[in-house]
Amino acid sequence: MIFAVDLPYWAQSLLRVLGGTVAVLLPAGTIVYLFLFKMMSFMQSRLGPMEAGPYGSMQLFAEVGKWLQKEDIAPERADIKVFRAAPLVVLMSTFLLVAVVPFGPDAYFTDFDAGVFYLLAVSSISTLGILMAGWSSANKYSLLGGLRAAGQLIAYELPMVLAVLGVVIQAGSMNLQTIVIKQNSDSIFGWNGLGYPYILTQFVAFLVFMIAVQAELTQAPFDMPIAESELVSGYMTEYSGFRFLIFFIAEFATAGVFAFIASVLFLGGWGVPFAWFGWDDITQVDNWMNFAGPLIMFTKMMVLTGIIMWVRFSYPRFREDQLQRFAWKVLIPVSLVNIMITAIFKVAF
Amino acid sequence: MPKPQVPGLIKGLGVTLGTLMQTIKPKKLGGGAATVQYPHEKETPPIRARGVIALREDNCTSCMLCVRSCPDWCIYIEAHKELAPPRRAGGAPRKVNKVDRFDIDYALCMYCGICVEVCPFDAIFWSPEYEYSEPRIADLLHDKTKLGEWMETVPEAPALEAGAEKKKGK
Repeated sequence: MIFAVDLPYWAQSLLRVLGGTVAVLLPAGTIVYLFLFKMMSFMQSRLGPMEAGPYGSMQLFAEVGKWLQKEDIAPERADIKVFRAAPLVVLMSTFLLVAVVPFGPDAYFTDFDAGVFYLLAVSSISTLGILMAGWSSANKYSLLGGLRAAGQLIAYELPMVLAVLGVVIQAGSMNLQTIVIKQNSDSIFGWNGLGYPYILTQFVAFLVFMIAVQAELTQAPFDMPIAESELVSGYMTEYSGFRFLIFFIAEFATAGVFAFIASVLFLGGWGVPFAWFGWDDITQVDNWMNFAGPLIMFTKMMVLTGIIMWVRFSYPRFREDQLQRFAWKVLIPVSLVNIMITAIFKVAF
Repeated sequence: MPKPQVPGLIKGLGVTLGTLMQTIKPKKLGGGAATVQYPHEKETPPIRARGVIALREDNCTSCMLCVRSCPDWCIYIEAHKELAPPRRAGGAPRKVNKVDRFDIDYALCMYCGICVEVCPFDAIFWSPEYEYSEPRIADLLHDKTKLGEWMETVPEAPALEAGAEKKKGK
């Protein structure tokens, strides 16, 4: 299945750039308005922004406008080059992540076989950016925050990788597109009305993955690196204006992208069960799925980020040692056992 | 590591979800936020709220007790003596203090209310009025005319408790 129109290379590239920007910024904006502004306020029995636009819907533009006006300050003793580059590195990792996420049968940026490997590798670039920010700020709080962030992100990268491995073993592929197709074309004991989303068999992996994502995003209860009551704002302390805005966008855009990835790995991604429309494999999928697919992905993303944010607004922060212990002593063993069981079932059946 | 308290964790999620539902429920059904959208709807402050201090100039004898008891030194009084007609016919004219200036600087005031408590002549009162912010900080210095205007907003003193003895007048 190929698009009916044959676009020249430059138009394809332009489309990809536009699509990537939309795929990163739209979820970020929606998450910030719907969850950070509104849902959090409701959970605290207040209304949140109400003045800018109807129900405060233009608040985000007001905030961005405010940040863009602010002075771009760097501490005197900061390592200016690294300091300036750090937020961009973090944001770049988000854009690189979205590159492998499939949004439809043809609506993807790249389709390559080591997709899962690539995204797990690329997601740790943000650790680098955060460490750069913490180190170059010439500030004790930033440094502590950066170190905590590095420790936490590395600790939670492992359970995430191990949780994803279960899915990879079951799908027999590292290609995200193949994983989506497999989930939608397989059947459960001959019944194909639901496809075969891997959340059914890999529920433990899904839980571990979502917890690890929560920690990767440094959302509460894993927000030790930012810990505003003890570290001011961790690695973001010295940032202001535009650069803080980039950190902010990156935080929520990454939340959206990780939710995309979770829905691809566990919830069937862009697809509907192929049996609904009598498709047998990917070549028979209708062209309209290229438009419905992104919407389905967006819905799943909103549900998952909704859960992430709900947890964030409900729980108090972990202590640093509890946080590390939870990763190393609970999540990693659990996901190792999960891999073992998955592998046994894979070989046995 | 202590056992993870899973039921408690889920209960926590339930609390936040419950508050969310309560907040988005329409006002008619008893829902709504705990907050008030201030410029559009105003909260009625409690009757004894410490909003602004009002002055009844006629009662003031410029005894300076309020000035001296103010921890922030935000009350300024200037006065001169005047002769007033005698209270009884044939008596000597009385000397009274006439207030020339009675200013309260609300930029300094910390609303402790000591001046109101200390005033022995019932000249200063609390009013629950709170909307008197100014773009210029100097305008927060209220003179005696302005303080006198606040008297209109002072609520009636609440009735005495049953059995409380009323102070006998002269």
